[in-house]
Amino acid sequence: MWDYTKKVYDHFLNPRNVGDMENPDAYAEVGNMACGDALTLMLKIDKKTNIITDAKFKTFGCASAIASSSVLTELLIGKTIEQARKITNQDIAERLGGLPKEKMHCSVMGQEALEKALAQYFGEEIPEDHTELEGVIVCKCFGVTDSQIAKVVRENNLHTVGDVTNYCKAGGGCGQCHPEIEDIIRQVHGGVRVEPEKPVGQKKVMTNIEKILLIQKTIEQEIRPQMEADGGGIDLIDVVGNKVLVALRGTCVGCRTAQFTLKHAVESKLRELVDEDIFVEEVK
Amino acid sequence: MSVIYLDNNATTEIDPQVLESILPYLKSEYGNPSGMYTFAGKLKRDLDKARSQVAALINASAEEIIFTSCGTESDNTALVSALETYPEKRHIVTTRVEHSAILNMCKHLSRKGYAITFLPVDREGMIDLDELADSVTPSTAVVSIMYANNETGVVYPIEQIAQIVKSKGVLFHTDAVQAVGKLPVDMNKIPVDMLSLSGHKLHAPKGIGVLYIRKGTRFQPYIIGGHQEDGRRGGTENVASIVGLGTACEIAAKYMNHENTEVRRLRDKLENTLLSKISSSMLNGHKLSRLPNTTNISFEFIEGEAILLLLDEHRICASSGSACTSGSIEPSHVLRAMGVPFTAAHGSIRFSLSRYTTEQEIDKVIELLPPIVNRLRQMSPFWHEQASQLSS
Ligand SMILES: Cc1ncc(COP(=O)(O)O)c(C=O)c1O
Ligand code: FES
Repeated sequence: MWDYTKKVYDHFLNPRNVGDMENPDAYAEVGNMACGDALTLMLKIDKKTNIITDAKFKTFGCASAIASSSVLTELLIGKTIEQARKITNQDIAERLGGLPKEKMHCSVMGQEALEKALAQYFGEEIPEDHTELEGVIVCKCFGVTDSQIAKVVRENNLHTVGDVTNYCKAGGGCGQCHPEIEDIIRQVHGGVRVEPEKPVGQKKVMTNIEKILLIQKTIEQEIRPQMEADGGGIDLIDVVGNKVLVALRGTCVGCRTAQFTLKHAVESKLRELVDEDIFVEEVK
Repeated sequence: MSVIYLDNNATTEIDPQVLESILPYLKSEYGNPSGMYTFAGKLKRDLDKARSQVAALINASAEEIIFTSCGTESDNTALVSALETYPEKRHIVTTRVEHSAILNMCKHLSRKGYAITFLPVDREGMIDLDELADSVTPSTAVVSIMYANNETGVVYPIEQIAQIVKSKGVLFHTDAVQAVGKLPVDMNKIPVDMLSLSGHKLHAPKGIGVLYIRKGTRFQPYIIGGHQEDGRRGGTENVASIVGLGTACEIAAKYMNHENTEVRRLRDKLENTLLSKISSSMLNGHKLSRLPNTTNISFEFIEGEAILLLLDEHRICASSGSACTSGSIEPSHVLRAMGVPFTAAHGSIRFSLSRYTTEQEIDKVIELLPPIVNRLRQMSPFWHEQASQLSS
């Protein structure tokens, strides 16, 4: 028996905001019956204030899928779109007092539905983060794409295929995709050097994986040699959206000019060569 | 609120008489049966008595019974012994719907280089006997096919199967863990070479199993150690559980008729009423060739774990082939092998009754389950689509 929290039980037994909605402003369906869970999310959005005034869901799935959908609607109602965008699958899991790790995919499904609904709301106008990031299907058994896998790996700091399966189901069937999932994990955590096909500096719409690889490459080829020449070093720790997390090593650590180095040497280089919106933070 | 326990294929309640018979061995009768003193000699006789009681239930002789630690060990032992005693034969035939005690052992052996044939099953869970006959070759070391399936209750034509396999001169093992105690199982009639059973499925404790080995069958021990069980299974005997299993087997024989009349009647009542009261529901498994205590029903468009947890609110215990109940990602391998569509496999519930099941309990489930299914369907995005499809 799963060790569900009281909150999961509460939301499962008394789901909030379950049902249909007439003329929703935003609408998304994620998951499917073959996978064992699916969620339809419907939102009413006040056009003037950008506030989500109502949310409804319908879910096919286990207790934690129903509970995750229910807290998601609670989290959404009253929030502005900007605030809603910041909701992650961890927020959903936390609000439930935690989920068994095998059930984390339920919270990921909630977040996916939210993203898809907002993308739908904005129609073609804001394609970023969504349409072009669909990527290619890596796990055929569950229809999960490389960008979906990279996203859960990055946002939840996953390191094994088993983790990935728990979070997005990829890899839970025939197992054929395991090597590819391992590659994605390595790429996200910056372990693999892939030669980008395009010359560094060419600005284009990138998938998240391409972007991470480019950041990795830029740090390795453009930034690290410079810093090593100064007796220091730098490691890429993580990329979250446009936030690049790095660790400084050697004489850079505790160095008074570390912040300066970070902003000027690292950030400006990445902005120049990867994306103007990048900002860099140091992990200590 | 008392528990309504309808998960007897998972495990059963220990019969009070069985418990009575066990207790002395957990208290004063603690000796090691191998001891050279009267205190131990009695225990040796008690073990022999239990061996005869088990043998009687399956119409075998006592020397053909070895006690193991569980059904899983019996299953593992049978396969490994067959391979070791026929080292030139590197092929096993089994089915896609076996318990994981056989299935995962076979997958393990396949990784070690053995060839395994997993026979498919049809929509009702049955295997094709011609296909079986074709798959057995001179290099087959053993054929292992379950007597009855734990998830669907489907009973296989073991007598015919055994005859086919024996006519080819190949060793035959059957996992009868779910059959013994529910169906008359007769070793005099059925030419199986090895058969597994497990105590906790017939009102004895968990952690005690039996491997029946027909006289004259080549055998190699799997647990290697002392001379216990005539050198066929090392390890100091689990005297208390062995005695309990003996008692349980004796009682099971007495209830055999009850199991196949009264338990079957209650099962049929539950099954027929649920299928007629709840739309988009269907039976999984062969309607007739089935254990008298088991029914496996799919409620489409909803998910099994959610059904179980809502039943649990009423302290009703059942189980599901849904992926979410097992921590795996795909639903039951048995239902998938049968080609049960995903829409139905995820929402499958198994009720398994016992001689302790009462009519009131069945009536309670009949009353409580339809609103639970309805409640979850109201939440399901697929149910809506289905309803509009039907009306259009
Ligand atoms: C068909 C079948 N085989 C084997 C086993 C394993 O028995 P045990 O739990 O005693 O290892 C079970 C019980 O779960 C079973 O149902
Ligand atoms: S392709 Fe991913 S598990 Fe089968």
